[in-house]
Amino acid sequence: MSPQDYWKANLKLLAVLLSIWFVISFGFGIVLSDFLDQFSLGGFKLGFWFAQQGSIYGFVVLIFIYVFAMRRLEKKINKKEEENE
Amino acid sequence: MSSQLLTYIFVGLSFALYIGIAIWSRASSTNEFYVAGKGVNPVANGMATAADWMSAASFISMAGLISFLGKDGAVYLMGWTGGYVLLALLLAPYLRKFGQYTVPDFIGTRYYSKTARLVAVLCLIFISFTYVAGQMRGVGIVFSRFLEVEINVGVIIGMIVVFFYAVLGGMKGITYTQVAQYCVMIFAYLVPAIFISILITGNPIPQLGFGDTLVNSSTYLLNKLDQLSVDLGFNAYTENTKSNIDIFCITAALMFGTAGLPHVIVRFFTVPKVSDARKSAGYALIFIALLYTTAPAVAAFSRVNFIESIQEKSYLDLPDWFKNWENIGLIAWQDKNNDGLINYSAGKPFEGSRPIFSNGSGSQGEREIKNTPIKDNSNEVYIDRDIMVLANPEIAKLPAWVMALVAAGGLAAALSTAAGLLLVISSSISHDLLKKTFMPKINERQELFYARCSAAIAILIAGLFGIYPPAFVAQVVAFAFGLAASTIFPALLLGIFSKRLNKEGAIAGMLAGLMFTASYIIYFKFLFSELDTNSNWLLGISPEGIGFLGMIINFVVAISVSSFSTKPPIEVGQMVDKIRLP
Repeated sequence: MSPQDYWKANLKLLAVLLSIWFVISFGFGIVLSDFLDQFSLGGFKLGFWFAQQGSIYGFVVLIFIYVFAMRRLEKKINKKEEENE
Repeated sequence: MSSQLLTYIFVGLSFALYIGIAIWSRASSTNEFYVAGKGVNPVANGMATAADWMSAASFISMAGLISFLGKDGAVYLMGWTGGYVLLALLLAPYLRKFGQYTVPDFIGTRYYSKTARLVAVLCLIFISFTYVAGQMRGVGIVFSRFLEVEINVGVIIGMIVVFFYAVLGGMKGITYTQVAQYCVMIFAYLVPAIFISILITGNPIPQLGFGDTLVNSSTYLLNKLDQLSVDLGFNAYTENTKSNIDIFCITAALMFGTAGLPHVIVRFFTVPKVSDARKSAGYALIFIALLYTTAPAVAAFSRVNFIESIQEKSYLDLPDWFKNWENIGLIAWQDKNNDGLINYSAGKPFEGSRPIFSNGSGSQGEREIKNTPIKDNSNEVYIDRDIMVLANPEIAKLPAWVMALVAAGGLAAALSTAAGLLLVISSSISHDLLKKTFMPKINERQELFYARCSAAIAILIAGLFGIYPPAFVAQVVAFAFGLAASTIFPALLLGIFSKRLNKEGAIAGMLAGLMFTASYIIYFKFLFSELDTNSNWLLGISPEGIGFLGMIINFVVAISVSSFSTKPPIEVGQMVDKIRLP
């Protein structure tokens, strides 16, 4: 994999993950929150749950997806990283 | 054992631990002082980042704030966590690859300009001092309530402890103390939360208990809270009161601001590899989320408990915690209808923002206040939101050692954040101002000496802020995040993702973002605070959220100025190519 392809793949991944980031926080937690409040999750209204709980869990998951996806990309570019450069 | 003795023991032990770690991990080179020798394990760095990030405001104030804001409190929950996604995906790995010591280092090198570096240093120092002032106040509150020492003595003890590990240990000392502080802090936060969750809902996990039914009842906690709030004349707890656009902008300003805060970014300079920077941001967010998902549960529990333990009770029958907090002036009661009962409801109890106590006492023995009562509502209770987390264990009648633990946790939260901030201030002075700008001839040993001196001076200034707290602390928090979002974040992001952006664009963008955001906040918060209402705001955006608009202005100005001026030199393009690769 060439450096250009690596960078393009990275940008594509960023676009996907940041869209999800935007939807779960600004979407479900804010803009669509009142609409989602008509559904409930246990004792939570769904929109309220996204605003105060769900979005945060989502953020953690997104970072780890990125960590694993980048590990695969880095293996592909097969370039040994120099430590402490 | 008395609760005060227990508190002394817990706080004393935790301080001894921090100083012990400081002596064990002294820094001996600038590399160790600035970035802990780039040898910190990503999990340990995640914990240190979490401790660095979660300040006295997160630990002491946030749950209290949410318990009075209800659903609107989500701006802090999402705003102060969502930025880590931006850090992990857009900034941390590339800045780690760049491999220097400070944030202004990157801006100065990428934009080949001393002016850009100086603008960044100025923003950094302003943001960090704003923040430190709040931490020292937190230290003061904990000391005065739980150890019954003078606030000033408390601040001085705090300064001595921070001095020890920040000046001796630099980033290395701070990192390992922060790991210990994180453990103290999270334990202290979770233990009372779990206890209270079991008491109220029977569910030991606060994150779930918060959505569960009350003990011996089929009513959900949140429905009950909505009902209580509406009955007392407040908005329903699970509904917004702010407008959507304002919530959107405040959340965005806090998220982008988080990603632009220098003391958070430098934490990712300390790990060994680029991939560790990503991993470390993930661990940091797990450790932060543990507290941040508990906070809204604590907020809801304490709100129910607070209302139920005082509403329509006779003052004489009130539990001790009410009187203890009344004694230090953070709770007040004025019997407007002279029935001897506490009437708590929506509305301001009296004129003025804080109670003014006379030396006398009222008919029930309460502290008499001189403020004129406001008669158009029936609320008689003044309560400072900051006390909810600290008072919560007492309100729920938990054992004394839990209260001692909470005191130690509050101090850990304040001290760890203060130390991280003081370090970025001192390294930007010794490294960016002295070594890279005004005194390039100094050698490494001299630079390390100056770094220690500036850390010491920064601690003194922070201590003065704690002893003579400036009245504007609460207002300037909006400032710190607004400026980080509208100056530092765009400069870093464009520096990595655009090769075309040149120094003219970056400087113009930072200055435009800075001036727009600063003047909006100064206008509404300092000059014309009486105009600070929804109808006067630009597009309905409050000063807390204006940093988001400032950021957009920065992007627009930076990109358009760049496209009308010369391309950056070839070396800069090569440098950007290099940091993009793993």
